[in-house]
Amino acid sequence: MSTATAEHHDHDDHGPAKGWTRWLYTTNHKDIGTLYLLFALVMFFIGGGMALIIRAELFQPGLQLVDPLFFNSMTTMHALVMIFGVVMPAFVGLANWMIPMMIGGPDMALPRLNNWSFWIMPFAFLLLLSTLFMEGGGPAGGWTLYAPLSLQGGDSFAFVIFSIHFMGISSVMGSINIVATIFNMRAPGMTLMKMPLFVWTWLITAYLLIAVIPVLAGAVTMLLTDRYFGTSFFSAAGGGDPVMYQHIFWFFGHPEVYILILPAFGIISSIIPTFARKPLFGYASMVYATASIAFLSFIVWAHHMFTVGMPLAGEMFFMFATMMISVPTGVKVFNWIATMWRGSMTFETPMLFAVGFLVMFTIGGLSGLMLAITPADIQYHDTYFVVAHFHYVLVPGAIYSIMAATYYWMPKWTGNMYDEKWGKIHFWVSTIFLNVLFFPMHFVGLAGMPRRIPDYSLQFADWNAVATIGAFGFGFSQLIFVYVVLKCMRGGEKATTEVWEGAEGLEWTVPSPAPYHTFEKPPVIN
Amino acid sequence: MRSPINLAVSWVAAMSAVVVSQTAGAAVSDINMPVGVTPLSQEVYGLHMLIFWICCVIGAAVFAVMFYSMFKHRKSKGAVAADFHESTTVEIIWTAVPLIILVAMAIPAAKTLIAMEDTSNAEVTVKVTGYQWKWHYEYLDSGINFFSTLDAEHNRARQVGSGVDLTQFDHYLKEVDNPLVVPVGKKIRFLHTSADVIHSWWVPDLAVKKDAIPGFINENWALIEKPGIYRGKCTELCGRDHGFMPVVVKAVPEEEYLAWVAENAPAPVLAATDSTATATAATAAVEEDADREWAQDELMAKGETVYNQVCAACHQANGQGLPGAFPAIAGSAIATGPQDAHIDVIYSGVQGSAMASFAGQLSDVDMAAVITYQRNAFGNTVGDTVQPSQIKALR
Amino acid sequence: MNMTSLRKAHLFIAAKLCVLVVGMFGFGYLMVPIYDVLCDITGLNGKPSMEASAAPTAEMMEQEQREITVEFVSVINSGAAWTFKPTQRTMKVTPGKTYQTSYLVTNLAQRAAVGQAVPSVAPSSAAKYFNKIECFCFNRQDFEAGSTKDLPLVFFVEPDLPRSIDTITLSYTYFDIGEQGASVPDS
Repeated sequence: MSTATAEHHDHDDHGPAKGWTRWLYTTNHKDIGTLYLLFALVMFFIGGGMALIIRAELFQPGLQLVDPLFFNSMTTMHALVMIFGVVMPAFVGLANWMIPMMIGGPDMALPRLNNWSFWIMPFAFLLLLSTLFMEGGGPAGGWTLYAPLSLQGGDSFAFVIFSIHFMGISSVMGSINIVATIFNMRAPGMTLMKMPLFVWTWLITAYLLIAVIPVLAGAVTMLLTDRYFGTSFFSAAGGGDPVMYQHIFWFFGHPEVYILILPAFGIISSIIPTFARKPLFGYASMVYATASIAFLSFIVWAHHMFTVGMPLAGEMFFMFATMMISVPTGVKVFNWIATMWRGSMTFETPMLFAVGFLVMFTIGGLSGLMLAITPADIQYHDTYFVVAHFHYVLVPGAIYSIMAATYYWMPKWTGNMYDEKWGKIHFWVSTIFLNVLFFPMHFVGLAGMPRRIPDYSLQFADWNAVATIGAFGFGFSQLIFVYVVLKCMRGGEKATTEVWEGAEGLEWTVPSPAPYHTFEKPPVIN
Repeated sequence: MRSPINLAVSWVAAMSAVVVSQTAGAAVSDINMPVGVTPLSQEVYGLHMLIFWICCVIGAAVFAVMFYSMFKHRKSKGAVAADFHESTTVEIIWTAVPLIILVAMAIPAAKTLIAMEDTSNAEVTVKVTGYQWKWHYEYLDSGINFFSTLDAEHNRARQVGSGVDLTQFDHYLKEVDNPLVVPVGKKIRFLHTSADVIHSWWVPDLAVKKDAIPGFINENWALIEKPGIYRGKCTELCGRDHGFMPVVVKAVPEEEYLAWVAENAPAPVLAATDSTATATAATAAVEEDADREWAQDELMAKGETVYNQVCAACHQANGQGLPGAFPAIAGSAIATGPQDAHIDVIYSGVQGSAMASFAGQLSDVDMAAVITYQRNAFGNTVGDTVQPSQIKALR
Repeated sequence: MNMTSLRKAHLFIAAKLCVLVVGMFGFGYLMVPIYDVLCDITGLNGKPSMEASAAPTAEMMEQEQREITVEFVSVINSGAAWTFKPTQRTMKVTPGKTYQTSYLVTNLAQRAAVGQAVPSVAPSSAAKYFNKIECFCFNRQDFEAGSTKDLPLVFFVEPDLPRSIDTITLSYTYFDIGEQGASVPDS
């Protein structure tokens, strides 16, 4: 990719620097976007490796491979890596690449800040992963770090907290940059209500991040001082309350769930119209639905805690508020289907992933509606049913949208078409194994298997074996993705400027590959 | 005076129960929520099946439209794209219809929720305390109290690479030494709390799941209609052995329950003045032996059992501990040093660490045995014995 | 827009957002007192007041005839070598009237220790009606090795207690918070 872009512009002011320092010092939004995406890909395999350790242990009842404490530390790290190291950086990478090109701006608003926010990430994750090799092992109290359990482990705890602080600083800096870019860098004529939905969803996501990451930082700082400096925010002995941690954490945690899915909504809203060759249905209602989901996400947090013993009125409120979220989410799904309706559809790989998203995200959304029903949630809570639910919204939701985006925009990034045949194989193999992996979790969850256990009763054995087979199939089929991406970066059929027949938007008006600098003169918007 | 929605809930519950029992041969399903044995669990099951079918219908409708479109409106079939992109009418309809479904769903859910929270007029109260990694039950009416831990055979089988054939167990990881015994047909109130981290006490058949939070007390209730043994698990991650602290509830007819209470109730001495208040009725017999002299092999044999049940979770079955988290017993300065210091660690615990005091949990004999065992196992060769009388003298 | 004014605009937005970041970090901490206040008002977590209340007024004393049951429960937090038991397991009380009971604590350990009792009430909605005129949970207790104390509790239940509540459970969890003056080692 670097050689391809270098051919276009190769003088000091405009071209990328030579050698590895280009990546270290770069302030170019496309370079930084690439760094974020590659980082996310590497972390995807690290987090996936942890998932495979978990699934391998769960292949059969009895403990065969790992100590239960290490198992707990795998579930904890798998979540932290996948959330903070894969989905969030990948979305930031896509934002870096695409937002300036979509709004007709030359770069991100604060390029140097952009460089810092990326380079903090590798250090944060080195710190996090290094805890696995410390005495006492990595964090093993779950990614939610519930007090008092999280305060029990070894001294690696302090490193975990610091790494979360670093990740938070990186996300907040990235978000500030995105907000500033969207407000100040739009080409003349690009009004807010003309922006592509990916830009809209990211604007709202950035605000969510800025609002809730500091709350997480506060919560984990309280954990840190409780552990090392004698405060007792979460210890009943000193007048605190462990449940308060959960309230503060989920006040961050629920908006975080939407941080992980709103940009995906934006991506799907770009892809479906392209391959249906028809404008997005209900653009304005999509924007309003996104905003209402973001608003509602602040008032539903306690649905993660229906078993802690809340007053009846509280349980009622959080049940109703949670059920309300399905209304704007439903509107989105209906809008996407209406966009497909009477279109002229083709099913290239990005569209396949978008359709996969639509079907399986809807399944995850419907199980989410079931979870909202408080009395039933008493039975579902902390079982594999919940695990199935959030993996259905995160894997075919967030991860599929990222893959769809990669296939969709990769020709623009590299100037080459990806290998369509292998792209489609990647989709079908992944989708089959994904359902083999996660669908049985609904069954074992309902039948009574709690989450976060390394060993289980014999009645759950068959479905766990099936899930493990699915996990290994899904995990290894991601190597196809790596193959397709690498192949596309090295060469292939040259992509046209427009790339896709039905594509609309400013990013499709610049040559493929996109030059190192785009829109230094603002485009004309009609 | 039943609303159509309530009727719908019970109809769905009944129909689904029939389907489940036909497919699985019993009311126990490996792929669905149990119907359970309390009025509330049946209501919850009905709600679950109702919302499940609603979701299925919504999903089927959405996917039908979508797949129809995907087959009909494809370019290869010569479809030409229309260019409509909004319709206020449809948008209002598909916002309003889900809202109506939600309200219809919320009403029966709210009713069940209100019933769940009504703990008044309970006839039996049991306090359930979570420990890492066992449960402690205390009957407030009779004062009976005991710990309930994973069955020793299961505990052996679940060690990493134990090689034990798990199919020999009927209820692998769902068997305990002392089950909770409760009467059927009586409203039982459960009080939940914890002595260390947060746990969660769950019995699916009773639709009872409540967090046990250190320093706080929670409550809920169950009215069991059918005698039987109902099994559950801890569902809040509580550390290393979170997966190994099952719940077993034995529901028996009232006469049997009363007989059990009569047999196990502690002597009517005021609990507070009784130094062995927390000892279980089961250990009462052993208590009498505390005064006699015990031989080393006797203590070692008993000590091994106690060690595997109580200590091995942290210090490991091989006494090597877990570096950085739990110290090794093998070769440790305490286990090979003076007796008094060793006894103090077990008896009083170590302030500010995960090492709890076992003065309240273990009898004199158990404690003497396990200390003797630690001093003479895992390559430790102190060679002495700690007598139960030494522990008794401390009390 | 020229470059300097654009830069100003960027910094202006960044500055505003930084204020939001700092504000939200502060809000995280602010949630602690907000939570406490909410708990006091709604009995969210079942924690009764940790301050001594005044004796019931004459008006309160005459308002009620019904009897409710108060259960006394004790929990020893893991790691503490104590016995800790209520002297009475249950008590029939009439709201508005004052009652006295006590808990017995023995320090089994062979060292001095300091204890702190933390009260909790179930159902949590009863917490704000449960008033303690005198309670050992207001203070810490010092114990010599092996010593026993009888800790008094004087309380009344407000007559406004909802009719739907017929049993109140008062639980004390006893925490060992170290030896006098000794700092807590961290491993």
